[in-house]
This record gives sequence, structure tokens and C-alpha cells, in this order.
Amino acid sequence: MREMIISELSQALHELARGFAHFLPRLIVMLIITFVGWVIAYVVKVALRSILRLIKFDKLSEKAGASQLLAKAALPSATELLSRFVFWVAWLGFILLGVSVLGILGLQEQIARFFLFLPRLFIAIFTMFFGMLAASFFSRAALLAAVNANVPSPRVLNLAVRSIIIIFVLSIAFEELGLAQHTMLIAFGIVFGALMLGLAIAFGIGGRDLAQRFLEKRFVRDKKEEENEDELSPL
Amino acid sequence: MAEESFLTDDFLRQLINVGEVDILVGLPTYNNAKTIGSIVHTIQSDILRCFPRERAVIINADGGSRDGTPELVTGISIDDLRPASNLEALRTLHSISTKYATSPQNGVALRTILAAAELLRAKACVVMSPESANLESEWLAKLLRPIYRDGFDLVTPAFRRHKFEGLLITNLVYPMVRALYGVRIREAYTREYGFSGRLGSQFLGQNVWNDGTGGAGVELRFTLAAITGGFQICQTFLGEKDHIERRGADLVPALRQTAGTLFSALEPDFPVWSTVAGSHPVPTTGADREVLLEPVRENRKRLREMFSTGVAELDSVLQSILSPSTLAELQGIARLGEEEFHYPAKLWARTVYEFAASYQKSVISRDHIIQALAPLFRGRVLTFVIENRNASADDVENNIEGLCLEFEQLKPYLLQIWKSRE
Repeated sequence: MREMIISELSQALHELARGFAHFLPRLIVMLIITFVGWVIAYVVKVALRSILRLIKFDKLSEKAGASQLLAKAALPSATELLSRFVFWVAWLGFILLGVSVLGILGLQEQIARFFLFLPRLFIAIFTMFFGMLAASFFSRAALLAAVNANVPSPRVLNLAVRSIIIIFVLSIAFEELGLAQHTMLIAFGIVFGALMLGLAIAFGIGGRDLAQRFLEKRFVRDKKEEENEDELSPL
Repeated sequence: MAEESFLTDDFLRQLINVGEVDILVGLPTYNNAKTIGSIVHTIQSDILRCFPRERAVIINADGGSRDGTPELVTGISIDDLRPASNLEALRTLHSISTKYATSPQNGVALRTILAAAELLRAKACVVMSPESANLESEWLAKLLRPIYRDGFDLVTPAFRRHKFEGLLITNLVYPMVRALYGVRIREAYTREYGFSGRLGSQFLGQNVWNDGTGGAGVELRFTLAAITGGFQICQTFLGEKDHIERRGADLVPALRQTAGTLFSALEPDFPVWSTVAGSHPVPTTGADREVLLEPVRENRKRLREMFSTGVAELDSVLQSILSPSTLAELQGIARLGEEEFHYPAKLWARTVYEFAASYQKSVISRDHIIQALAPLFRGRVLTFVIENRNASADDVENNIEGLCLEFEQLKPYLLQIWKSRE
């Protein structure tokens, strides 16, 4: 009986030692991959930061209105943020690659899913950035056109154009990420519809006189208005 | 000769039939049936009277008129003139029309005329506006003679204008061209001008035709090319300029054609204008400007409102264009009432220079920068109107001269921000 226990115990210890001997190289490989990954990710981060500074990415971000948002949220500049993001994504990728070497059951599938998710994440970020750029450009264009056409409350128009584009871009980005697709679709429909309805009500009822003046100005050139015109020609 | 490739085969065939010419008259048109008949008549009689021995051609570059303008140009016979005016031509006067596009583009029209001038080896050319309701006899001769007989390369017109007409010219184009390029040309942006074949060929070879603007302000670019190319320039007084468009609603397109063209030219022309100090007058035949003083309707309240609204609403846009001190001063002016309103010449010059530097750096979309200038220009117009409301012609001239001197004195500031702004 005693011999049997000793034999089983020694066998278990042998298996544990053999298992550990099998696992140790994998662990070392994982640590090496993680370390090499950190070095590569760091190099990528530094290179990316230099490239972004070279192409004046911060200026582009400023034009898109992203810099102002980042400053309000006490976050670093767009160049720094994107460099750090790429660093973490790259390093995390290497860490997960290392973990997969360990051969832990069930983890492989999750890691594969993470790598499949990465392109979608980049597309979502890309969409968001250029969406912000478009929102900034078109809202500014609307503001300038409204100011030069002497349309009352030009900032409302500016805000409406910006909001519509940002909501639209957000819904595309979330759909790309696959996050709560149905919820986002419904939310987008509700927000967009509410915004349009709100604008229509605000413009048609709340600002009835304003609407009347706007439409008259747009479509009816009455005598009174002609009298208001001056005769100063620019050219 | 490489420029001939964009001309149609039919147009080239007509040009070959003409052969070489001494004088070429360019007429860029688009739906000008109302005025073009009398203009062509005047041009033809001027050629018969003043240049009877010269070989001449009228080139009509049409932007897709649907009112029969090209047919009117080519249909008017020189024989119609002879019995009435007792004029005799010793040479055949050709009239050729070509449709360069289905929509009007000043740049393409001028390019067509320049290419034709080069192919026909024209010695002296003149471009006439098809909208001139009061085109006077002798205009053509006045624009052509300095080139054909005196060896000048560019003749710009001088006009008799109302003191409140052409305010963008008097408050921005003239002072800025004078301060930066050192040449006192009253009408650097003009629809009527004469030029030598030499200048036309040189400009034709420049890389200005595919900038995506459709040639808005190409006339100003042409004048600047003559200055930077060291060509001989003079002015000639033509008389009263008619005014087809008077309403302020056209301000933004007008700014694109003038300020936009000027700002975009500053970058390639930097080696020239950065070394120029002071300014000098150009030879002028007749007065370089005459001022009409009769009262006109001006809506000062509207001008002030649009300036104040613009400064307030465009705060975020102006922040990216102007320096904090300039913006603060503008915000102070925007709070003033109509009576005490004053946008000083010095501040206006600084504003324009900061806009030019921001345009060069593309701090935001360049077209947005030009649009943002419109409300500020209205403020400057209001001050100009208040200053000159009861002024004599001499006082108006003195005020314009004062503004020009402010632009000249502030030129070092432009150079400084041009080089330093990131």
C-alpha cells in the first residue's frame, strides 16, 4: 500500500516535472515574444510619431476639430495619442501571440477573434477621423455661407450640420465595430428624426416670423427689400 | 505652338485661313446678345478708322451662349458700317467665333484668345468686355496704340468712377498691388486691357491654367505676370465705366476673383515682391482716375450689422486666421454704434496681410479664408463711406492715398508673419 502511494506520488511528480519542462520553454518563448513585441511596438511608435509630425498631422487634427476635443478631455495631442494607440495595439498583439504559444485551450479562438477585429477597429477610427474632418469643413462652410447671406442665427445652422454629420459618422463607426448594431441603428433613427423634427418645429413654429422672413428673403424680392439694397459695387 | 492642342479643329482651320495678323481683338462672351451687337460695331469702326492698313481679326471665345451671341459676332458685316461712316478698309477684317465650353470660364476664354494670338502672330491684342453697355469709340485705339506704336506690353485702363464704386479695387487690390509689387496700377483687375503678343505668349506658357478655379481672376493674374516678368506697363484713361452689377450680394465671388487671386499669386511671386520697397507710378495717358460725386443709396445700418454679426459669429474661424490683438480690436469695433463706427486704415491693412499669410499657410480651407474676409470688408466699406460721404474728389483721393501708404508701411509686418507663422 505504502509502495503504491509512493509510486503514484513519484509518478505524479514526474508528470508535473515533465509538464513543467514542457511549459517552461513555451513560457520563455512567450516572454521573448512579449519583449521583442515591446521593442517593435516602441520602434513603430517612434517612427509613426516622426511621420505624423512630418506630415503635420496635428494641424489636420486641428482642422478636423479633434484637437479641441482632446484638449477639453485633457488628453495629449492627436499625434501622441495615435502613436500610443498603435503602440498598445501592436504590443497587445504580440502579447496575445505569445500567450497563444502557451497552448491554453479556448484562448486560441479568442486571440484569433482579436486579430480579426483589428482591421475593423482601424476602419472605425479612420471613419471617425475623416468624419470629424468632414463635419468641421461642412459646418464651417454652412456658417460662412449663412453669415455672408445675412441668414439669422447662423450658428444654429452650423451646429445642425455638424451634429448630423457626427451622428451619421458615429453610427457608421459603431456598425463597423459591430457594437450593438440594432441599438445603434434605432438610436440613430431616433436621434436623426428627433433632430429634424425639432429643427422643423423650432423653425416653423418657434421661429415662425423668422421662417417667414427667411422664405420671403429667399423667394420674394419685394420693393421694401430692393430699397434696402445699397448701390455699392465691389468691382 | 503646344497650346494649339486644346483648340478645336474647326477653330484651327479658321485661324489658318486668316493667316498672320497685326491686331487681334478678343471677345470672351456668354449670353451677351443684348450688348454684343453694338460692341462689335464699335470695334469694327474703330479698326477701320484707326488701323485701316493693319491686318485685324476679332476672336470670340464663347462659353456656351444660348441666345445666339456667337452668330451675332460673326454675322455683323463690316460692309454695314461703310455707307454710314464713310470708312474704307484696306484689308479684310475677319470675325471668328469658337465655343470653348458649355459654361463660361474666364481662364479658358483668355487661354483661347492667347493661343489664337500666338498662332496668328498678332503684334498687339486687346480684350474687350462684352458687358460694356457704354463702350465708347476710341477705347480700342487707346488700348492698342501704346502697344502697337510705343512698344508697351500691357495697357490697363483708368476710369471715371463713382467714389463708392469699385470699393474692392480701391480698398484692397490697388493698395495691396501697389505696396507689394511697387507699381501704381489703378485697375489691376480689369475686363478691358491691351497687351503685346510677347506678353501673351509668355503668359500662355505659365502654369496657371489648371488651378481648379475655372480661371476666376485670371485678368488680375495676367497683370501680375506682366509686373513680375518686367514687361513695360502703362495706363490709359478711357472715360466712364458702366456698372452692370452693383449689388453687394456678389461680394464673395468678387473676393474670390480679386483677393483670392492676389493671395494665391503671392506664394510664387514671393522672390519678386519680397525685395520691392516703395512704389512708383506707371506712365499714364490722361488722368489716372476721375471721381464722380453724385449721391447714391447706401445702407450703412446693414453694413454695420453684417460686420458685427460676422465678427461675432465667425469668432472661431477668425481665431485661426487673425492674431489675437487684431481680433480683439475688431471685436471692439463690432461693439461700436453706427455713428462712432471706425475701422482704421492701418487695422484694415493688418487684417488683409494676416489673411494673406493665413491663406499661404492654409490654416483652414483657402476658400473659407476668402469667405471670412467678406464681413470684415463690409466694415471697411462702412468706414470708407462715412469718411467720404461729403468728401470732394481730392479728399477721396487723399483717403485712398493714405490707405495705400498704410499698406506700404506695413509691408515689413507681412514679410515677418509670412516667414514666421507655422
